[in-house]
Amino acid sequence: MSISFLLLIIAVIGVAGYLFGSWRANALAGGKLSSLHSRPGYYGSFVAIWSILPALVVILVWIIASPIYISSTVRGGFPEEVKATSQAEQNLAYNMIGAISRGLNTLSAQEREAMFQDSATARTVLAAKGVPLAADPAPYMLTSADDLNRMTQASSTFLSILVIIAALAGAFLSYRAIAPKFRARNRVEGVMLVSLIAASSIAILTTVGIVASMATEAIHFFNMVPAWEFFFGTTWDPRFAAAGATASAGQFGLIPLLAGTLYIGFVAMLVAVPVGLFAAIYMSEYASRTVRSIAKPLLEVLAGIPTIVYGFFALITVGPFLRDISAQLNGLVTGNYASFIQAQSVLTAGIVMGIMLIPYVSSLSDDIITAVPRALRDGSLGLGATRSETIKRVIMPAALPGVVGALLMTASRAIGETMIVVLAAGVAARMQLNPFEPMTTVTVKIVNQLTGDLEFTSPQTLVAFALGITLFAITLCLNIYALYIVRKYREQYE
Amino acid sequence: MNMMSEAAVEKALDRQMNDISYKMIGKDVSVYYGEKRALYDVNLNVRENTVTALIGPSGCGKSTFLRTLNRMNDTIDGCRVTGRITLDSDDIYDPNIDVVELRARVGMVFQKPNPFPKSIYENVAYGPRIHGLAKAKADMDAIVEQSLQKAGLWNEVKDRLHEGGTGLSGGQQQRLCIARAVAVSPEVILMDEPCSALDPIATAKVEELIHELRTNFTIVIVTHSMQQAARVSQRTAMFHLGNLVEENDTDKMFTNPDDQRTQDYIMGRFG
Repeated sequence: MSISFLLLIIAVIGVAGYLFGSWRANALAGGKLSSLHSRPGYYGSFVAIWSILPALVVILVWIIASPIYISSTVRGGFPEEVKATSQAEQNLAYNMIGAISRGLNTLSAQEREAMFQDSATARTVLAAKGVPLAADPAPYMLTSADDLNRMTQASSTFLSILVIIAALAGAFLSYRAIAPKFRARNRVEGVMLVSLIAASSIAILTTVGIVASMATEAIHFFNMVPAWEFFFGTTWDPRFAAAGATASAGQFGLIPLLAGTLYIGFVAMLVAVPVGLFAAIYMSEYASRTVRSIAKPLLEVLAGIPTIVYGFFALITVGPFLRDISAQLNGLVTGNYASFIQAQSVLTAGIVMGIMLIPYVSSLSDDIITAVPRALRDGSLGLGATRSETIKRVIMPAALPGVVGALLMTASRAIGETMIVVLAAGVAARMQLNPFEPMTTVTVKIVNQLTGDLEFTSPQTLVAFALGITLFAITLCLNIYALYIVRKYREQYE
Repeated sequence: MNMMSEAAVEKALDRQMNDISYKMIGKDVSVYYGEKRALYDVNLNVRENTVTALIGPSGCGKSTFLRTLNRMNDTIDGCRVTGRITLDSDDIYDPNIDVVELRARVGMVFQKPNPFPKSIYENVAYGPRIHGLAKAKADMDAIVEQSLQKAGLWNEVKDRLHEGGTGLSGGQQQRLCIARAVAVSPEVILMDEPCSALDPIATAKVEELIHELRTNFTIVIVTHSMQQAARVSQRTAMFHLGNLVEENDTDKMFTNPDDQRTQDYIMGRFG
């Protein structure tokens, strides 16, 4: 029986359980629903849950455990000379057995017989059935494949029986448990609670998993390159080596990348913070309801533009524009029409990233400013303060911690931003202070190191994980600090 | 009122004007929130150095009328005021009037204590500072001390002027808000249910304070408590469904009102 058919059977048992459960509860109540602890639907749900959940757990355990068991049994049956070979070769053999076993299922009885007589014909016979083999199979593989098929078959039958028993037993036992004083509602809600917890732990566990996988790869990297060379090195020159050649190690200094990241992020915040804050103040304090209802969504559309589009915008519009205008300016002042801003530069990337960040700053700050109690506003206006005095002296001081938190969150976005800087900042890892020259960022280098045909054993590729985890640590710290500040601010008014 | 002709009303008003000095005069004041009309042609005068209580059931328009007196309704979207309100014969809805200056002359204390998240000192100094009332720090110190004294709070907070104003108890916060309003030296102080968030002891203190403030200020107070109106006010105005029902001496209002609705409301038959 296939898994999907099994699931259907479980569902049917579950629905039947629900109906019988609520019917029995009704019957027990004898027309007086108040004599039941819970409403009949809860008794039904209780039976349904006990029919479905244990059966699902059995299926889950089985599909994880059964292939492991089968595989180890088949491998245990390998001839001694095969067992003596390397793990990789054993894997190859096992894969071939798997392919043969799939092919065997498509053969008729005579064809099977003929193939078992002469294993040399197996490759052609199976190829005719649409199952290609990499090499002529050894004779033991055919028997192993046969064993594999048999075990899979048995496992499937066994699973079906087990699941149906589990579902029926669950249904029967929970049906028996129904009594007027039985607290079905609390039980059902307990199950709901567990499923809610499971959903939230998936998100957390995924984060943990990502960090763990990055950390393992990063540790491989730090085994090849000392950590202090990575964290304090001032030269970035990874020197892509031919595969397998370990002689040219290259230098992996984080500092120039970090400098570029922070510099570009700083320019971006320089653009985004004033514009975003002023927009937020206008939206929350001055704009009439109609203006606000139109302008705010429009501003937030900016947040919906994919960052790669901002990248194009920087590459083909802002960059050349800055270059040309710098040439004109230079010409007007010195008579020499050479541009002093390069098309790919810190300034280009910073400005465009700043534009991208405006809606984050304005939207978050707008929420925070609006959350300042109206009473404070009225109090200040009632004393004869003007609107701008009220904003400067009462509202902004009250909102400041929250706004700072919002800005920190925005900064962590700026640091993690990739596509704009890939297109607009350049790839030269340099340490310098001229915003008109290209610099590069951590994210750009991660992209560079992971693009192309790679082997995940050289420091040239593994460095990407070290960069990634460093970036993660930085943005995590910023976010935690921002959350801490925002939470502290909230407490003031609640 | 409807029984008298308009000329007679004018005449009666003129007669009154001669022997009583009115601080603020409201004539045919109507307020609309968008389409909804909240006040219907209210004619109400506020006497100088008197506590005028505005009473009436919830939603009767008493707070709305109070807020027209210093144009706090301007901050509400879609609010429109018609009619004429004067402060010492200046029309406060005249386009040439500066709202900011008006609110400095007509201060306000709100229902819920709303101290700014600043120190006690800075809370009181806020108004004088934005209006430039004190030149030197010593002047400001004097203003702060006087205002706190007038609000009866000085002895309780003089040792912790630089601690946060939000750390005070509810009653102290409300008196701080009164001190804050007093510091700007307004002529009129509007109070919108100033004791509704306070316990009885704090309420008693604030009422006592209102009593004392009457010598220097003209006070208009909105209240839900009949007892409070009777205790603190000299004149009482009763609102119902956006209309001014009657306005009279407080003593008369609570013993022998002219209008049946006032009688019913005071006796607790509705509202």
